[in-house]
Amino acid sequence: MTPLIEIDAIRAGYSDHQVIAGFSLRLQSGKIGCLLGPSGCGKTTVLRCIAGFERVIEGEIRLGGQTVSSDSVHVPPEQRRVGMVFQDYALFPHLTVEQNIGFGLRGGLARSKTARIKELLETTGLTSARGSYPHELSGGQQQRVALARALAPKPELLLLDEPFSNLDVELRERLSLEVRDILKQQHSTALMVTHDQHEAFAMADEIGIMADGRIQQWDTAYSIYHRPANRFVADFVGQGVFVPGKIGSAGNVEIELGNLNGEIHLPAAACGYFNGEIDVLLRPDDVVHDDASPMKATVAHKAFRGAEILYTLRLPSGARVLALVPSHHNHALGTDIGIRLEADHVIAFPRGA
Amino acid sequence: MSAVTGWRVALFTIAVLATAPLAVIFASFLTPADDVWRHFASTILSGLIFNTVVLAVAVGAASAMIGVGLAWLVAVCEFPGRRLFSWALILPLAIPAYVFAFVVVGLFDFTGPLQTWLRGITGSNLTWLPEVRSRGGIIIVMTLALYPYVYLLARNAFRTQGKRMLEAGRILGLSSLGAFIHVALPMARPWIAAGMSLVLMETLADFGAVSVFNYDTLTIGIYKAWYGMFSLTAASQIASILVLVALVVLLLEQYTRSRMRFSGPGASGEAPRIVLAGWHRWVAVATCTAVLSAGFIIPVIQLAVWAAQVAGEDLDARYLSYLWRTLFLAGLAATAICAVSLLLGYATRKHSDLASRLALRFSTLGYAVPGAVLAVGIFICFAWMDARIPDWLRAMAGLSPGALLQGSVMAMLCAYVIRFLAVGFGPIEGALHRITHSVDEASVLLGQAGWRLLARVHLPMLRRGLAAGAILVFIDVMKEMPITLMTRPFGWDTLAVRIFELTSEGQWERAALPAVVLVIAGIVPLVQLTSASE
Amino acid sequence: MQAFRNLVLASLVALFSAPPALAQDVVVYSARIEQLIRPLFEAYTEETGIRVRFITDREGPLMERLRAEGENTRADILLTVDAGNLWQATEMQLLQPVESDTLQRNIPSHLRDPEGHWFGLSVRARTIVYNTDRVEASDLTTYEDLANAKWKGRLCLRTSKKVYNQSLVAMMIAEHGEARTEEIVRGWVKNLATPVYPDDTKMMEAIAAGRCDVGIANTYYFGRLKQRSPDLPLALFWPNQSGTGVHVNVSGAGVTRYAGNRDGAIRLLEWLSSPKAQNLFADANLEYPVNPAVEPDPLVASWGSFKQNRINVAKAGELQTAAVMLMDRAGYR
Repeated sequence: MTPLIEIDAIRAGYSDHQVIAGFSLRLQSGKIGCLLGPSGCGKTTVLRCIAGFERVIEGEIRLGGQTVSSDSVHVPPEQRRVGMVFQDYALFPHLTVEQNIGFGLRGGLARSKTARIKELLETTGLTSARGSYPHELSGGQQQRVALARALAPKPELLLLDEPFSNLDVELRERLSLEVRDILKQQHSTALMVTHDQHEAFAMADEIGIMADGRIQQWDTAYSIYHRPANRFVADFVGQGVFVPGKIGSAGNVEIELGNLNGEIHLPAAACGYFNGEIDVLLRPDDVVHDDASPMKATVAHKAFRGAEILYTLRLPSGARVLALVPSHHNHALGTDIGIRLEADHVIAFPRGA
Repeated sequence: MSAVTGWRVALFTIAVLATAPLAVIFASFLTPADDVWRHFASTILSGLIFNTVVLAVAVGAASAMIGVGLAWLVAVCEFPGRRLFSWALILPLAIPAYVFAFVVVGLFDFTGPLQTWLRGITGSNLTWLPEVRSRGGIIIVMTLALYPYVYLLARNAFRTQGKRMLEAGRILGLSSLGAFIHVALPMARPWIAAGMSLVLMETLADFGAVSVFNYDTLTIGIYKAWYGMFSLTAASQIASILVLVALVVLLLEQYTRSRMRFSGPGASGEAPRIVLAGWHRWVAVATCTAVLSAGFIIPVIQLAVWAAQVAGEDLDARYLSYLWRTLFLAGLAATAICAVSLLLGYATRKHSDLASRLALRFSTLGYAVPGAVLAVGIFICFAWMDARIPDWLRAMAGLSPGALLQGSVMAMLCAYVIRFLAVGFGPIEGALHRITHSVDEASVLLGQAGWRLLARVHLPMLRRGLAAGAILVFIDVMKEMPITLMTRPFGWDTLAVRIFELTSEGQWERAALPAVVLVIAGIVPLVQLTSASE
Repeated sequence: MQAFRNLVLASLVALFSAPPALAQDVVVYSARIEQLIRPLFEAYTEETGIRVRFITDREGPLMERLRAEGENTRADILLTVDAGNLWQATEMQLLQPVESDTLQRNIPSHLRDPEGHWFGLSVRARTIVYNTDRVEASDLTTYEDLANAKWKGRLCLRTSKKVYNQSLVAMMIAEHGEARTEEIVRGWVKNLATPVYPDDTKMMEAIAAGRCDVGIANTYYFGRLKQRSPDLPLALFWPNQSGTGVHVNVSGAGVTRYAGNRDGAIRLLEWLSSPKAQNLFADANLEYPVNPAVEPDPLVASWGSFKQNRINVAKAGELQTAAVMLMDRAGYR
């Protein structure tokens, strides 16, 4: 089956600097994809290229097999059957909720239009706010109006540009699950852009990590977290620090804290080019607090997280690791505590790669 | 709380001062003028009402179409000469409507050069040609004279709208033209409404242009009652009814959009211009050129020709003082009105209750009253105060001044503010719409409150609106006649007074000289302010 | 540059204070325009050393201004360009009666208020103008005759909103009564070739261009047009010579009720009626002097002498409202 959206090595940006270059992507119908990356990596530009707000200089974008953007083709946004939820929602301030949602429903029977609006009002829980103007709504409600408005014309593809960034954390989590349910219920294909990995993990079926105008890795959330394709992905996703290590003769990994025996994940591309010197990614849950352990580390910094405390620990060599410890183990800065390794997946990269 | 009451006090004080002359006019209802009304009702009243309604609706609609259309072209599209047209299309405003009317009649009437020439080459009497002094003629003339109000405000609205809402429209299935019609246009509604209300008020109050075209509107009825039948009472009553109609229309417009907002998300950048290609660009150029020629270039050439004929004997050193006083008064009035408009705008930002909104609308109604009637209302107020202030001052401070208000330029300035507040307030109110309360709050948290908030945050954001308000007031004051005539100090003749002197004895061609000087004097500030509003 | 600096300084001073007037100054509120009165007042100042200050505006606003100012007014004289407004100013009690032998001697009794509230200073004759290529003078007789069906489609008129036509019709009412006058005005309206004109000059140009053949105009507009374009096929006709005579109006003045300088005002009026000033006053605008001892401008004299209507011009004011109503009824716009 042809993917709903295919992007082939596009280049886009302004005359003075290119924002994205050699960017490619595939997304199957019915999936929710997410571009995750730091600010300024070009992810919003990708969305704007797909929507048709920006032209591509080179490469090609196809929607449902039909070319919509290339160096010679540019289908205007309104003919792409693409919907978009803007970061600032861009709700029409002079229209009511109902009118906003119905805005993209042109032509067709008035009856079916009303029915569609009603359906979306119910789905998004906005029925009671139908007659309000956007400025009379809360942030979460505005977000839902923006979503309903984008979904109303049943676009082939829905684009979401940092859709939750204006909301508080709690609302963000709840709403991202809600939105996922709505999208799945409407059988929508969606591509979202965010810099917040929790949002990406909660929403997306597939995630692309973006940096420097291209995708570093396109995969499921699990794989991205546990099998990052490169150091950037490993560093960007989740928490953790790199500590130096060495591959032992038995295929084990030796680091300052001892031997790592779990499954070792080394990006294939890197094999054979190194002398066994590696950097190992230690995530906070790989280091366990154990008073009985002979291995001691000094508390350099601590961050209270409610149920847990995230300790930054200094090893005798000066290297630092993170440890997530139940919060009843409250240690003062400067004290030494016992730790041990408990890692199932070991992520390592050749030194200097 | 003290600041809160301060705004209210300021708002209501201005409203009372600005409304006092209107109250004088409304007080005419205390005296019956039954005979005049009976006479009008049995003869010309229905015709006057019909003519007024037709003129107002037609000029309003035509100005909206031309003004918004041109504004969209220069604000959204890119085509050869766009920058030039952007300011040049405001120029027709510099020609007083009555002068424009006379030029059109002079050029195109039976005895004008065009028809004379046509008769010459065809040898026939050409009586089948449409009469210039007709309903169609006055509609065209008033539209060309007044569309810049809509144009200037709509252009500002489109330029400040940002691209985000248009993108939202596009992604929901609208073409770029569709997005303009369904998104940009409704979102520019307060601005377009402000421009159209200026056009309508000016149309309702116009006397000069309709007289030249012999098109009898209610204003003609007003002057007929006053000058012809010596009943200022009946004249004021008709004027009051006009004002009430204007007020009702304004409030209705406000009411229907009271819950809406018209500022979308900020900081989304200006929309890229639509580059017109092929024949589209030449249609754009031709349209702008046609409007500019009809509304400005042709009349100015005709005025210049007439002016050149009399310049030899009429142009003298006095013109320097006419010119200076004209600019001095217009500049002063524009500054004062911008300041008062800001004050009113802020006051209603703080208080949008019904009383405040009404007070605001009343303060800006002076524009809907025919000039001479308002001039009398204002003058009666000044005379009343002058009769009392000296006593009061004597009692309070032992001073004994003479007449304070009458005959000082300050009095003229107050009168201009009352007359033209609506003109300056419209664009400034529009610009204030664009500043969300969170901007205020952010600035206040950053320590920029009060004057510093105004100077560092608001003024830069209001630049376009202030410039537009200042332009419109400046030009309007330059052209203003009845109030200038009535309140000017001895010897304080301006270019408009000069035009009055000549036209009142039918010497229209000689009046072309001060008219041309007026137009030229208007162009310089117009161009400067327009570039400030770009 | 010096001049300009003075101008700026003067403007700033004027911002907060009205320029002071000296007790001996005479202050005039004038509906007669600046270029027609300034030379006269300058001549008066030169002769007597007394300064005349003036403000020009339309009659309506000037009278309202006088009324609003009441006792505080600075105006000593109200000067208008028609008798109707002087009559109205008298009705509004804005003027005071003046006894002056000089004025009574210089000005014929039908051109001033019998009680001395105002005095005509120049005569404005409203007469018939015709196209000499298309009309024989012998075809013309009276204003009333222009209502005759033979002029159908050949008559041009200025708008009824102009006070000159209101005065003309008012005087016709005085002579014929309302019913007969309304019939005449209806006849005029039926004969109109074009919509009415906003001013006399435009109307005469239309006659000269052959749009119509005959019309009614003030003689000084005719004079001005002829000075500019001497070849136009236009001529004046003096109607009603076997009847009441040509309709005349006056540009005149009265002393205001609360004049601060009553004596100065009377002296100025007397001077204005004197032979010397009469020529300046009338000739500046090609009008006729009120003072019968004074010859008009040679151009004006060349149009010949005529018999003028002797009914007191105050009637024009008295019947003006009736005239306006009558013209509305008759459909004369």
